[in-house]
Amino acid sequence: MAERTGPGRVLLVTGVSRDLGRRFARAAARHPNVERVIGVDVAPPRGDIGKVGFVRADIRNPVIAKVIAKEEVDTVVHLSVISTPGSTGGRSTMKELNVIGTMQLLAACQTAPSLKQVVVKSTTHVYGASSRDPAMFTESMEPRRNPSTGYARDVADIESYVRGFARRRPDVAVTLLRCANVLGPRVASPIAEHFRRPVVPNVLGFDPRLQFLHEQDLYGVLAHAVRTGVPGTFNVAGDGVLTHSQVARRLQRLTVPIPEPMFGLARFGGKEYPAELRALLTYGRGVDTTRMRSLLGFEPRFTTEETVVDFAESVTPSANRADRALAALESRLTGAPGD
Amino acid sequence: MTEPAAQSFPGATTRERHPLKAIPAADWAAALESAAKEVFGPEWEQQLAKFIVFLRRRVSGDYSVDEYGFDRELTQRFLLAVLRPIKEKWFRVEVRGIENIPTDGGALIVSNHSGTIPMDGLMTMVSVHDELGRNLRPLGADLVFRLPIVGNIARKAGATLACSEDAERMLRGGELVGVWPEGFKGIGKPYSERYKLQRFGRGGFVSSALRTGVPIVPLSVVGAEEIYPLVGNIPALAKVLGLPYLPITPFFPLLGPLGLVPLPSKWLIEFGEPIRTDAYDSSEADDPMLVFNVTDQVRETIQQTLYRLLGERASVFG
Repeated sequence: MAERTGPGRVLLVTGVSRDLGRRFARAAARHPNVERVIGVDVAPPRGDIGKVGFVRADIRNPVIAKVIAKEEVDTVVHLSVISTPGSTGGRSTMKELNVIGTMQLLAACQTAPSLKQVVVKSTTHVYGASSRDPAMFTESMEPRRNPSTGYARDVADIESYVRGFARRRPDVAVTLLRCANVLGPRVASPIAEHFRRPVVPNVLGFDPRLQFLHEQDLYGVLAHAVRTGVPGTFNVAGDGVLTHSQVARRLQRLTVPIPEPMFGLARFGGKEYPAELRALLTYGRGVDTTRMRSLLGFEPRFTTEETVVDFAESVTPSANRADRALAALESRLTGAPGD
Repeated sequence: MTEPAAQSFPGATTRERHPLKAIPAADWAAALESAAKEVFGPEWEQQLAKFIVFLRRRVSGDYSVDEYGFDRELTQRFLLAVLRPIKEKWFRVEVRGIENIPTDGGALIVSNHSGTIPMDGLMTMVSVHDELGRNLRPLGADLVFRLPIVGNIARKAGATLACSEDAERMLRGGELVGVWPEGFKGIGKPYSERYKLQRFGRGGFVSSALRTGVPIVPLSVVGAEEIYPLVGNIPALAKVLGLPYLPITPFFPLLGPLGLVPLPSKWLIEFGEPIRTDAYDSSEADDPMLVFNVTDQVRETIQQTLYRLLGERASVFG
């Protein structure tokens, strides 16, 4: 798949109504090896999609099979798995879009003779987060407790369908990318919103380890996976870990500790924290990215720390008094101008 | 001077003033300067500046933790500094056989466990750091990481969950890993059973050492049994609270918080000769008989050393 000759590749990208899918599809359409990109979603994209051809279709609907067949799609990039109900409605709609949508999409893929490759963006939330977790999850490890509800459950279901599809169509290269929490100046995700709050709630007595993937690296790894066609499941994350308190300090955020039982009940700004985010903010998680480097051959440009530094430029500091006072004291002592 | 001062200055008035207002700013500065000299020595300006740089780094989050959450700076500058006087002045820990620990590369220290709270683990950490300059990475039960604050400090101090994945990852990474295979059975056993080793788990630590080919260093700790003599337990309440045991010592809960002060027993800790595992093939880690035999060998070594050390100790508080 890497060096295709003759006509360029035809990509089908799901989830183009959201920023991630739209940006990826637009960038892919500009690539010289790509003949055309078809974006699919239930809602129209909110921004410029460039040369991407948009098809308004519900992937839960058999129409998608016709699109794949008619356009002779050779690569499907599945990005429409959503972590919050958002504007789609309630949790049941979200589950339906995620799980039933993926089932239908894969069913359509299974009957498509032109298909050569499927890339699915998954998340490290599939590993869950608990006190019994190993420090670093490798791809072969299972979550210590299977999630019963929410996004994590959806993703676990989706992954099992993807694995089933890979067994039934061994001629298709299936790449499953388990991405760490994506952060970037433009990212709107539950964890990005969490850290954008002027006052950041944290779970009393816990300081979870967090890993981030920069938005740019997410586009990078998707493009890399499409280009190289390496099959398999891969953890994708920036190097290193930061604790929650370090991130809050880097972003110069004031934190308010909230006891764990109340964290689940509290509504911060009217919104409830999803279960998988609450678990993450309590126990944290780390994933091993050895396979990403050695087998997939991808090297993120940003480390976890650099991702947070880049994200910090997009948020206004809310609590930097302690640092300013210390800086003033330091400059007085050393006679050097403080920064 | 028998005359009151007011009489020599007719017309002088007195006024209630704020107690601190009367001290001129220059005096304040001088007092602070001498206090700083007292704390940081004659080079106080540089020392204080260095300290402020440290504080700024902490406040701005500009420090690093490893993938297990180990905060080296916080551990060395704070946690170990707090524990050191307890080790040296309170328990007067005597360390023997430190040369049995490899100076670099992975190794697994296996120790007996006692004392109601894992004070023996903490003292071992300080001892290994001070005598050898290496950081001991303890493996802890999942209860540790479920508890707020405790779990947080444990990770910052370099601990991680006692599971084969983490143990092997650390050993492969060349860390010095500490394990207490008796677990809660050892730490929460009654005082009457002191220095009697409990079952060594299922020998998972031996499998990990075999798989990674690192030496096992048996460690025998004498003294921790007496710090909180456990004379009773409230299993029903412990179960309600989700704890493995709820200790009653002669002083706790009788004396309240005062009962939390450990008794100043005399400690002897001895690292035994390392048991090499690199002669075995890593596939032999799955041979239950071999794992069982090596586990037994480690356990016996520790038990015999405990008896010997007990004989050498003059008295409990010697």
